[in-house]
Amino acid sequence: MSIQYYIILCLTLFSIGVVGVLTRRNAIIVFMCIELMLNAVNLLLVAFSKMYHGAALQSAANTTAGIDAQIFVFFIMVVAAAEVSVGLAIIVMMYRNTHSVDINFLNRLKN
Amino acid sequence: MNAIIASAFLGVLMMFASWIFDNEKTHTRIALAGLLALIVANVLQLNGIYTIPVDYKGLLSFTQFGLYVNTILFILTFLYVWLNGDEIAKIGNHAADFYALFFFVLCGASILTSFNNLLMLFIGVEILSIPLYILTGSDKKNLNSNEAALKYFLMGAFSTGIFLLGITFIYGATGTFQLLNPNVNPATGMVREQLMQSAGLILIFVSFNFKVSAAPFHFWTPDVYDGAPTVFTSFMATIVKATAIIAFVVLFHSQFKALGYAWELLLTFVLISTLFVGNITAVFQRSVKRMLAYSSIAQVGFMLFALYGPNNFANEGILLYIMAYSIASIGLFGVLIKMKDYSFEAFNGLAKKEPLLAGMTTLFLMSLAGIPLTGGFFAKYYMLNAAVQSGIGLWLVVVAILFAAISVYYYFKLIQAMYFAEGEPAIHEMGQSYKYKLLVFAILILALGILPNVFLSYLYF
Repeated sequence: MSIQYYIILCLTLFSIGVVGVLTRRNAIIVFMCIELMLNAVNLLLVAFSKMYHGAALQSAANTTAGIDAQIFVFFIMVVAAAEVSVGLAIIVMMYRNTHSVDINFLNRLKN
Repeated sequence: MNAIIASAFLGVLMMFASWIFDNEKTHTRIALAGLLALIVANVLQLNGIYTIPVDYKGLLSFTQFGLYVNTILFILTFLYVWLNGDEIAKIGNHAADFYALFFFVLCGASILTSFNNLLMLFIGVEILSIPLYILTGSDKKNLNSNEAALKYFLMGAFSTGIFLLGITFIYGATGTFQLLNPNVNPATGMVREQLMQSAGLILIFVSFNFKVSAAPFHFWTPDVYDGAPTVFTSFMATIVKATAIIAFVVLFHSQFKALGYAWELLLTFVLISTLFVGNITAVFQRSVKRMLAYSSIAQVGFMLFALYGPNNFANEGILLYIMAYSIASIGLFGVLIKMKDYSFEAFNGLAKKEPLLAGMTTLFLMSLAGIPLTGGFFAKYYMLNAAVQSGIGLWLVVVAILFAAISVYYYFKLIQAMYFAEGEPAIHEMGQSYKYKLLVFAILILALGILPNVFLSYLYF
């Protein structure tokens, strides 16, 4: 299948994530949308990896072209896990103090 | 490599220190000793002595520039902890945990000064930012701190997503994560590849503007800097911001030049809007802490001049700038921590009660404004010269100087409050030793202003 379909799919997923971050008011949902953005990127990386690997296979039987993108995906997963643990801790801390996870709470400092 | 290994190891060590020792003074001493060890390890590598010989496979490349930046950052952190140790101990229950986070931030910083691959850049940025989310929210019962942490976290994670999409597009266009030779444009094939590379570079540019808080992506900065505990604001606004700027400069010089004139236009737009937003908004602030947050945005505007070209003035200037800006800001935040409230009125009459303190504050403010004989003057001079050398129109330099003149207004408002307004300053008790520590910062600022060459000569040998 052509790479365009993957690019379109991933950009759609990414855009859903961006729109979610910008419009939703619940901290958990915003957080899920950020995860959606990261995973859209993961999917695109794997698709590119396959593309380069397939192209390299045409000329050489044993090739490692495109492997680095898959390794990158693992790093993104690890970093996302670390971010989740810190982010959820922050949200729980906020919930303990205000008993809500509403982002509108964020407008207090403006003045 | 020494610095990366040593800082990660020392971070873990600090986590155990809070478990073994109960006394917070001991934690500070261990952290200071650890920072000294880190400086020594880095200087050893600067002189060609390695602990572990590793094949980096092109992921990292250690240059004289990067290692010297490391040394500067470690020394700044050392001075920062030395000055603020007691204040850090007052927040939370275990000071050692915060020191551990500092070491992790420094680990990210030493990756960011030596990356040669977009994967390492990503890892470095994340190691740098994740501990900061925790430091921002460390005042757990304070709603402002909570709010700042959540806002910083969401903005940081969002910009990470954008950053990753940019990296992915560049990979799609070029098939490699390695940094590219600036003089070659690899995506010469189809229109699709060129389009993807441009889109990727724009996305990375946007996300880095988020990280260094350049306008129009600066909106989180004042709230986060205002809400975080003041000691940690001091750390975030100086050392961390300096690291992010250095990474931005290295990345920009290697990748973005391939795309020619359009980049200069984009950069000029960001630069002018950063100078405009930072300076104009800072004029209207009533809280000194918030004024400093906006002034840090304005200072980023000046640092962005280094992006215009890889030339000697840009490389030396950015070093001078991060030194002058960080030392002055750490000193200024050090004074601010001792104030009972952060309004301009709280400084009224400070010169009568604490003449030495007021004098040093004046010096720090003059350095930030760029008055000659202080470090800030040469820093600004080098940055503007870098822009001129790389062939940017003189009008941009004139605009920057006009904005620097505006910045004098809000910095001198504080000096005016200290010297010419009557009143009783609302200030916490401080020991004599604290003032002497601040005096070291003041002397460093003067030394940078009078003998900048001494600090720059280490860049070359």
